[in-house]
Amino acid sequence: MALSSKHLLGLYSVPKEDIQLILDTAVTFREVLERPIKRVPTLQGKTIVNLFYENSTRTRVSFELAEKRLSADIVNFSTSTSSTKKGETFKDTIKNIEAMKVDMIVVRHESAGVPQFLTRISNSNIINAGDGLHEHPTQALLDMYSIREKLGKIEGLNVCIVGDIAHSRVALSNIYGLQTMGANVSVCGPATLIPRNIEELGVKVYTNIDNAIKENDVLNVLRIQLERKAGGGLPTLREYHKYFGITKERLEKLNKDVLLLHPGPINRGVELSSEVADGPYQVILQQVTNGVAIRMAVLYLLGTMN
Amino acid sequence: MKIIFKNIRIIDPELNLDEINSIVINNGIIEKIGEINQEDVTEAQLFEMDGKTISAGFFDMHVHLREPGREDEETVKTGSLAAMDGGFTGIACMPNTDPAIDSAEVVEFILNKGKGQVVDVYPIGAVTKERKGESLSPILELIEAGVVALSDDGVAVKTSKMMRNALEYSKEYNIPIIEHCEDSSLSEGAMNEGATSTMLGLPALPSVSEDIIVNRDLLLAEYTKSKLHIAHISTKNAVELVRNAKKRGVNVTSEVTPHHFSLTEDSLKTYDTNYKMSPPLRSKEDLEAILEGLKDGTIDCIATDHAPHSIEEKEVEFIYAPNGIIGLETSVGLVFSELLHKKVLDLNQIVNKMAINPRKVLNLPIPKFKVGEKANFTIFDTEMIWTVEVSKFKSKSKNSPFNKKLLTGKAIGVINNNKFYYNGKTIF
Repeated sequence: MALSSKHLLGLYSVPKEDIQLILDTAVTFREVLERPIKRVPTLQGKTIVNLFYENSTRTRVSFELAEKRLSADIVNFSTSTSSTKKGETFKDTIKNIEAMKVDMIVVRHESAGVPQFLTRISNSNIINAGDGLHEHPTQALLDMYSIREKLGKIEGLNVCIVGDIAHSRVALSNIYGLQTMGANVSVCGPATLIPRNIEELGVKVYTNIDNAIKENDVLNVLRIQLERKAGGGLPTLREYHKYFGITKERLEKLNKDVLLLHPGPINRGVELSSEVADGPYQVILQQVTNGVAIRMAVLYLLGTMN
Repeated sequence: MKIIFKNIRIIDPELNLDEINSIVINNGIIEKIGEINQEDVTEAQLFEMDGKTISAGFFDMHVHLREPGREDEETVKTGSLAAMDGGFTGIACMPNTDPAIDSAEVVEFILNKGKGQVVDVYPIGAVTKERKGESLSPILELIEAGVVALSDDGVAVKTSKMMRNALEYSKEYNIPIIEHCEDSSLSEGAMNEGATSTMLGLPALPSVSEDIIVNRDLLLAEYTKSKLHIAHISTKNAVELVRNAKKRGVNVTSEVTPHHFSLTEDSLKTYDTNYKMSPPLRSKEDLEAILEGLKDGTIDCIATDHAPHSIEEKEVEFIYAPNGIIGLETSVGLVFSELLHKKVLDLNQIVNKMAINPRKVLNLPIPKFKVGEKANFTIFDTEMIWTVEVSKFKSKSKNSPFNKKLLTGKAIGVINNNKFYYNGKTIF
């Protein structure tokens, strides 16, 4: 079995078989992570560049760990300001990196479309670790993995993505991936945080959180950007918590089993109350562990294709 | 130099003329229109023009020449050559240069650079000093120096008050204010807002950003009874607003770019920065409204918004890429392919929008097919099939999304200022 593309740019139009293969492969690597020696020689001799043009601790660490567990050679290239602004163009940077003979590039960038751009100027396998407000496919894959691990399936489930959909790259990848796997996907948040025309993607929109909780099996709760109050779309964070935050009272009132995901890092007291963040419904830390397994699976499947 | 165009189709909407005839041009002046005899042929160069058409020279009223300031991207000279090759005999250039065209000195500098060519170059002055929207440019001085219009293009005139002042101040001179309609507080984005921008994860600007300023300026033009020209109209609502304003007698005209009548936001799916421009490519619905506006005359002119950018500036991450594409050398081909052959406009309407109306808006003389008139004409072949090759462009910049596109219809020659460029060669 092999993937149908040599890159993972996003989950848009990725076939079901590919997602299935990544999730199944991740099960094997998840087991490796429980062993005393958590390393396999699968990607020995392969060179992977982690190209992070945007601050990211957890995604970068997760990829790095996944690469180490697969015995790949790693080069980290992190910069918070674009090299475009320093004089060298992105294209030149990539040409330089390629000249050092690398096999795979994991890229995070504040501009949507950079992974696609990379496929035009590079011969490496490209893995999107988050581009602009576009996609973050490995996050959605680990979310799906966590759902499947906990609930045994994805197909037929009602999954609601809650929060700042408009400024999220996680939302879109989740929508595409979950829909491909047969889930019913909805979003919930104040209208300023929901992109216009999102219904055209086949997504139901809730503006009332209680209704969203009532009608869904899974809530994937997104982080609110504290500093920018979600691009000016929120009056106060307190108001957001009051009307859209997931609290113990809300969950108990509805007396319903619901699985809570959060891509992290959590803002306690904003999108989740502390009790909920540490409570029985959530799988936030399992998601982190699963993230390493998913990234190992993606790297392995792409790295052994050629 | 004496030349004869034999058996050429002459289109002149102003004289209600559409006939196949022959034209004798001597020293840049029409000497004769009619049957050619032995005497005419003496010492003349004769061109057999079967299947070709001639009309008033095409005029592109929205061009960025980048000089002074960014001569690495385009100059008055290279831009004029691109215009000539693209079938234009006149262009008007926007003032967002460095320094901006906000003083008589810069106007004279550009006029000097543009002298002695087949293509006439007309500068457009800035409405406000440095296009900052804070104080008016020396508008009368600019008019005296030779600007044909005023615009802060690249941005809208910043405040309603400044726009009102500009309209009132320039009114007596009947010179249009050309407005780039965009509400800057709503326009932080790299493409049109809609389902496509959501799918592509690109920051998006809504069409209502354009509509708001179109509406503001229509109301101000109506209030001041002054002359307004809406640049590169791109939304359905803006077309409707202009249509209604015209009905109630507002002194307004408008233009559309070839890319806005031939492409939609769907083109951005590859993240190719050659599809990034301002205003952005809009939805299919907007495009249909534009075609309707072209048909019913709401949209008077076709102008390219020719915006040269260097490869290194354009070939970057999408959100960092500057807005704009070049258009001088693809405009005519797109007009024939998308409007004539798809039966949106007939040849008369096309000549009006490409040659006559832009000159009317800018108060310039209109070339006519009459003995004694100056020859300022474009010759074209509406059926010629050709492939766009940006590497062969005369423009210094190559940022066109139409590279390798097959087009039907091409300008093959221009004659103006007693200079004749034909089939890629300077005849005299």
